[in-house]
Amino acid sequence: MFAKQLTVFIENRTGRLAEVLGVLRENNVNILSLSLADTTEFGLLRLIVDNAAAGKEKLTEKGFSSLLSDVSIIKIPHKVGSLQELLKIIDKNGVNIEYMYGLSVKCDDAFIVLKASDGKKVDEILTANGVGTITCEELAQI
Amino acid sequence: MIWNEAKECMSRDQMTALQSARLVKLVDYMYHNVPFYRKKMQAVGLMPGDIRSIEDITKLPFTTKDDLRDNYPFGLFAVPNSQIVRIHASSGTTGKATVVGYTRRDLDIWAECVARCMTMAGVTKDDIIQIAYGYGLFTGGLGAHDGAQKIGATVVPMSTGNTKKLTTMMLDFGATAIACTPSYLLHISEVLAEEGVLDQVKLKRAICGAEPWTEKMHHEIETKLNIQAFDIYGLSEVMGPGVACDCEFHKGLHVCEDHFYPEVLDPATLMPVGDGETGELAFTTLTKEGLPLIRYRTKDLTSIDHSTCECGRTSARISRFKGRVDDMLIIRGVNVFPSQIEAALVEVDEVTPHYMMVVDRVNNLDTLEVQVELDQKYYTDEIRVIEALTKKIAHVIQQALGINAKVKIVEPQSLIRSQGKAVHVIDKRKLY
Ligand SMILES: [Zn+2]
Repeated sequence: MFAKQLTVFIENRTGRLAEVLGVLRENNVNILSLSLADTTEFGLLRLIVDNAAAGKEKLTEKGFSSLLSDVSIIKIPHKVGSLQELLKIIDKNGVNIEYMYGLSVKCDDAFIVLKASDGKKVDEILTANGVGTITCEELAQI
Repeated sequence: MIWNEAKECMSRDQMTALQSARLVKLVDYMYHNVPFYRKKMQAVGLMPGDIRSIEDITKLPFTTKDDLRDNYPFGLFAVPNSQIVRIHASSGTTGKATVVGYTRRDLDIWAECVARCMTMAGVTKDDIIQIAYGYGLFTGGLGAHDGAQKIGATVVPMSTGNTKKLTTMMLDFGATAIACTPSYLLHISEVLAEEGVLDQVKLKRAICGAEPWTEKMHHEIETKLNIQAFDIYGLSEVMGPGVACDCEFHKGLHVCEDHFYPEVLDPATLMPVGDGETGELAFTTLTKEGLPLIRYRTKDLTSIDHSTCECGRTSARISRFKGRVDDMLIIRGVNVFPSQIEAALVEVDEVTPHYMMVVDRVNNLDTLEVQVELDQKYYTDEIRVIEALTKKIAHVIQQALGINAKVKIVEPQSLIRSQGKAVHVIDKRKLY
């Protein structure tokens, strides 16, 4: 199962990140997790939100370039070593991970947002190994 | 078909000899009939006898548009008004109009040149041609008219302004050719499409000019109307349309060189550059009587090719214009034109056509940053995709300009758009 990630291209200018967050706030879009990948010139703000489609629409209205892409939000036990176990499974199948970032919530589970070179294959691998994935909407309920 | 094979296909040696003889005569004529140019020659210590062949042309002073304006209206005419049979004028965007005058012989030569150009475009006496340039002070309408008539084509003097009448007559008469500006022709094609009559159009060829147009527009016109489109060039100061035109091989515009001697000049030194190198185009009118001009600087950037064309013509060809001299930048000693960046970016699908060049000087070294916007279709969530694209664009620019540029991808819609003349350059250097 895939989740929709919202990615925003932002130039490295003072206040630009805050402006993006402001747009989401005004439209009541809740951020569940984020990662900021940056270079000296620009950054890619990757967001898991409760309503990615609405987020994209509002950002586009305000002139930001954003994109919806499929990522896996993987549920793993909230304990030492579980992330490494997950990666072992993926590596063993020869899939490259493009990027990943995590979030933990007040429960027994932790969540990893992961994008691989071959998303479909990762999804199959996870299913075959009994590893659960969830959607943004489900995540928002936790 | 070639209209005047004797002149259009003569050997280079013969052409040089003809140009030399005509230049010698012209300089003598100017010296004795145009006081303004005589003073220019005297100022640099030149006598008519110092010019013995076309190679000596570089000794002669230039003529500029300002010279024409300063001598408004008839100051540069070489003959009394009794010999002038026609006046044309172009209204510049700045300042006074530029006025040109023609003798009867000038008009004959003009028609001859336009006839050569239209023949290059495939027009024959069997064609029905609509002239849809403005008739009046502008040289386009009457210039194209006289040339088409000289060929013996059936000329329909439409002028501009009534597109409905134009399309109706195009269909009713079965017009096979049209002469107009490329943007007007695109408009006409849209009107024909709206009327749902594109398939009834008998048009085979268009002779377009009087404004710059891109390769893309050329292609669009040809496919929309299913015709061949040709580029005719001219400027009223030199004559009007018909100074040059492209043939069916579309590898540059053949100049009517026996009447208009073309030079391509290095923008910095104003010395002629070699074939294939970009520079400012200048013309010397070798045979004009009314308003002859020596080394008239057009400010248009082009390159020249003297090799024989596949069509058989030996006349020199100038490339499609690469921009205006006024837009040129010198970066690290290299002449750079915004239009080169524009042409290079067209090759890159992932970015919009909007761009900004930021030139600066850091530690006495010129820097060039080119800002481009990512096209919406190519948004990504991966850094390496953007980095690879940045490298690709830098390479494309390096190939086009010969210098390295830093490429910066910026947010969409962040580059300035303007209805009129877009600003594409920010020069932060304090050079003067
Ligand atoms: Zn040719």
